[in-house]
Amino acid sequence: MTYSPHTDADRVAMLEAIGVESVDDLFADIPESVRASRFDLPPPLTEQEVRAELSRLAGLNRIPEVSFLGAGAYRRLIPAVVDEVVGRAEFATAYTPYQPEVSQGTLQSIYEFQSLVCELTGMEVASASHYDGATATAEGALMACRLTGRHRVAVSRAVHPQVRRVLETYCSGPGVEVVEVPADLSETGSGLTDLDAVRSLVGEDVACLVVQEPNFFGLLEPMSELAEAAHAAGALIVTLVDPVSLALLEAPGRYGADIVTAEGQSLGIPLAFGGPYLGLMAARMNAVRQLPGRLVGATRDAAGRRGYVLTLQAREQHIRREKAASNICTNQALCALAATAYLSAVGPEGLREAAERSTIQARHLVATLEMAGIAARRFTAPYFNEVALRLADAGPRHAALVEQGILAGLVVEPEYPELPDTLLLATTELTTDDDIRRLAAALGAAA
Amino acid sequence: MTLPDDRRYSREHEWIRPEGEEGVIGLTKFAVDELGDIVYLELPAIGAKLTQFASFGVVESVKAVSDLFAPASGVVVAFNEELRTRPELMNSDPHDAGWICRITLADPAELDALLEAPAYAELIGSE
Amino acid sequence: MSAVGERPTTDASGRGAAFHSPPAGEVLRVVEPTLFERSRPGRRAVRFPAPSEAARKAAASQPPLPDAARRTAPLRLPEVSELELVRHFNRLSRLNHAIDIDFYPLGSCTMKYNPKLNEWAARLPGLAGSHPLDPGPLSQGSLELQWLLAELLREIGGFAAVSLQPAAGAHGELTGMLMTRAFHRSRGEGDQRRVVLVPDSAHGTNPATASMVGFTTRTVPSNARGGIDLDALRGALGPDTAALMITNPSTLGIFEDQIHDVLNAVQAAGAIAYMDGANLNAVLGRFRAGEAGFDVMHFNLHKTFSTPHGGGGPGAGPIGVSPRLAPFLPAPLPLLIAGDPATVRANAWSGRSTPDARFALEPPGARPTAIGQVRTFGGNFGMHLRAYAYIRANGAAGLRQVTDDAVLAANYVRVQLGDAYDLPFDRICKHEVVFSARRQKREHDVSALDIAKAILDEGIHPPTIYFPLIVEEALMIEPTETETRETLDRFVAIMHDIADRSARDPEAVRQSPRTTPVGRLDEAAAARQPDLGWAFPEADRTGATLSG
Repeated sequence: MTYSPHTDADRVAMLEAIGVESVDDLFADIPESVRASRFDLPPPLTEQEVRAELSRLAGLNRIPEVSFLGAGAYRRLIPAVVDEVVGRAEFATAYTPYQPEVSQGTLQSIYEFQSLVCELTGMEVASASHYDGATATAEGALMACRLTGRHRVAVSRAVHPQVRRVLETYCSGPGVEVVEVPADLSETGSGLTDLDAVRSLVGEDVACLVVQEPNFFGLLEPMSELAEAAHAAGALIVTLVDPVSLALLEAPGRYGADIVTAEGQSLGIPLAFGGPYLGLMAARMNAVRQLPGRLVGATRDAAGRRGYVLTLQAREQHIRREKAASNICTNQALCALAATAYLSAVGPEGLREAAERSTIQARHLVATLEMAGIAARRFTAPYFNEVALRLADAGPRHAALVEQGILAGLVVEPEYPELPDTLLLATTELTTDDDIRRLAAALGAAA
Repeated sequence: MTLPDDRRYSREHEWIRPEGEEGVIGLTKFAVDELGDIVYLELPAIGAKLTQFASFGVVESVKAVSDLFAPASGVVVAFNEELRTRPELMNSDPHDAGWICRITLADPAELDALLEAPAYAELIGSE
Repeated sequence: MSAVGERPTTDASGRGAAFHSPPAGEVLRVVEPTLFERSRPGRRAVRFPAPSEAARKAAASQPPLPDAARRTAPLRLPEVSELELVRHFNRLSRLNHAIDIDFYPLGSCTMKYNPKLNEWAARLPGLAGSHPLDPGPLSQGSLELQWLLAELLREIGGFAAVSLQPAAGAHGELTGMLMTRAFHRSRGEGDQRRVVLVPDSAHGTNPATASMVGFTTRTVPSNARGGIDLDALRGALGPDTAALMITNPSTLGIFEDQIHDVLNAVQAAGAIAYMDGANLNAVLGRFRAGEAGFDVMHFNLHKTFSTPHGGGGPGAGPIGVSPRLAPFLPAPLPLLIAGDPATVRANAWSGRSTPDARFALEPPGARPTAIGQVRTFGGNFGMHLRAYAYIRANGAAGLRQVTDDAVLAANYVRVQLGDAYDLPFDRICKHEVVFSARRQKREHDVSALDIAKAILDEGIHPPTIYFPLIVEEALMIEPTETETRETLDRFVAIMHDIADRSARDPEAVRQSPRTTPVGRLDEAAAARQPDLGWAFPEADRTGATLSG
């Protein structure tokens, strides 16, 4: 099945107009020596056959009946209205708004998105989005290097391991050294970034400290103290936050964050095996020229109508070329649109409800498991909606539960060898009391 | 447009107008016309040292960005504060009110390496 | 370095002066109010169920959120009803041009039809609900899909291995250049090879990417035929060359017929040959970059493989690599850990699963030569599955037809516009053709920009303008294979009409567009006085929220 509309008659007519015998003549300039010798792909399929194939693959996945898995991607409600909005063909099949007169839909929705990110984070300017929270964080760290003129970055061990790897990969580009700041992951530890280590490791040659709030283990870091410690050394602080948590937690702009990043998948974007997701990034206005990514600005036309345009484009690759702040060419426009629609659909009250319900169910979960003697909290610091639990034979028991369609979060040891027998569980507004009951029963039985 | 003859011109389209031991630097009309609407400048702080023909800042327009190359060596003693809020002055009056900065001249003889008005006019005529 | 032009004032809410004050007394007419202007306290759309008493009670036995961590900043999200929300976004969407509305011949972007079958597939709960960290037994479908797509891309590009991790073309470039550097380092030449060569027709991402990886860029000129100047290339290649990055066909839409010599020269210099795959739509089934000798190429799934552009993303930029670069691919790769690859493929091509096949992700640290990770998880899976559906629908014959029809359409347009516009390179093109409006500019002071704005009034999208940089007043036209001949004819007629009007009434052309929702916008003002986000009129000093 192809989507080309041309009939043989069309092709003949076009060939005639061009003045060649066959379409092969249009490829005569490809030298023999480099022509493809093979193109072994499966035969074409009709619509119903494509459906069968994709259904086959979808059917090989098993979506657990009960899941407490988070660790950077969360099962949350995607309101029906969000699906409708991102399904609009005029949004989905439009290109980057380089001709603003016919792209006001996209441009205004990005402006609204930027505004919402500023509001959530308490910052002054937000970009039109990045590939995901990790790449936004990596770009944020490099931005801090440009702003301070320094070439080292410190990152807490309590930051998501994949984010740390992406950060290292991005920093390896310009040869920026990444230094890991330990977290207190000991037996009766807080689970938080070690503040003393921050003070000794973040020196005059460090561009920024990167921390996550809540951190990978769901714990609330001492953000003001961390910001102070970074600033005392003349370094910036880059905070990777959870956007839903910002309904209840302090806006980073208020505790001295210089650059704020986030993974926006929780804002109306499906899990979809890892992507596409949504990187949020926000900063202070005086750093705007170092902010990577697209920016939409409001302006006017000659007739006095308000309109929106891509602006400050001289920062971007298509103009600055090798001097660009980043090579980023897309934003995640449709995902940003989903987030905008989501935040408007839930509103401030709804976002608070989602966040609150998440934190209540997390405490409900911990209370249930602790009371039944099944598991205990691994760390002592306060938590938000994700919690690390210690239980014996965590790995095998976790695997046994998978067989029953119950996912008891993430086994942490492969990423943190110092944390055997530890599971990381997340709760959201979709977590029911029944989910918690079933998990407790299954874990208890699997002991 | 007649080019002022009270100054010298670089091949990178900067001008420098000597005033005693100092020089005032700007971009030529040719340059700003090429760039389009100027929106922003990135300039060094007062006291920064410039080296002849080396880049000392960036000028940004809506559609382009360009290095600024020092027409002469010296130390920055002032820059045009007006450009902070009205960078469009460089478009409307590049040779006068749109001046960029003032430097002390490290070596006035360096100006001999630059073009006088007629030679510069020929250069841009051919571009 | 002080920055002239910045305006770092802060208002009482703690937010910067990121707002635009119109001239005193001027009220701008608003096409569609923002959500913030529609917001009224107390309105809402979606609600969540209250926690049960039992949940609250159990939770109360646990430490609450500490007060010190609680939000004091306002939370002024829009408060709208669901109907208002729906109308707002529907009305906004109607301000957009899109492929699904009319012709969109943006050169270099491949604005082909985005099949709705792909959208159906993306919404299958088994795929949409798959968590990236789900244990192996739960995610065999996702892993198999990625493995199969990688196999298909390997074959399409002629490569030894593929990574699906990069989230966009530029991201694929970054990945490829990081791998290039890792490769040279592995041979002890990391410090010596710091220069990346790009042709003067290159897309801006190429030198920007090179910079991000600590390389410097050197430009190689094009020759009079629109290909790379081979002598200049040979002169530029040396022991300090890390890579040559080229697009083929070039951004002029012209196939590099010296490609054999180009690749030989690059290989002989010990450098990596990088192909920007943006123009792959022109050569499917005819030219396989890996087979020809390129070390690495990125695919743009949102161009060649029909995934929707979304108004600027998300895309996906998988890369294919040669055997010598394969060890450096980002981790983790989806692997077939049990089962015979040929059997799994054959079964999948016939619509069958392979019962004893097992897929798994490389565990962390399993391949130390990997350059690391370029984004979380495995890439933009939602785009992978769409591209997979597209490739399976087309098959080999269909993809060959895509290329044939795309190139046919571009040449069909080419031969009909040469009388009205300058054609800098008058030869057979591939899937796109670059004209110049320099005649219109010189004779009537009508620029490519003016022509583009006039095209907007005709209800179609203009071609790409001012790219590539080496063509004066460039108009880059890429019709793609999914447009009818009538549409192409209509476009040709529109272009002729505008050329005529440029001569007869240039001022009218310069005044366009006139029928679009807004006219030409003041971009200089947008850049000089940036207004990058909504400024709430009531600066909230106490930190209390607006509603309740």
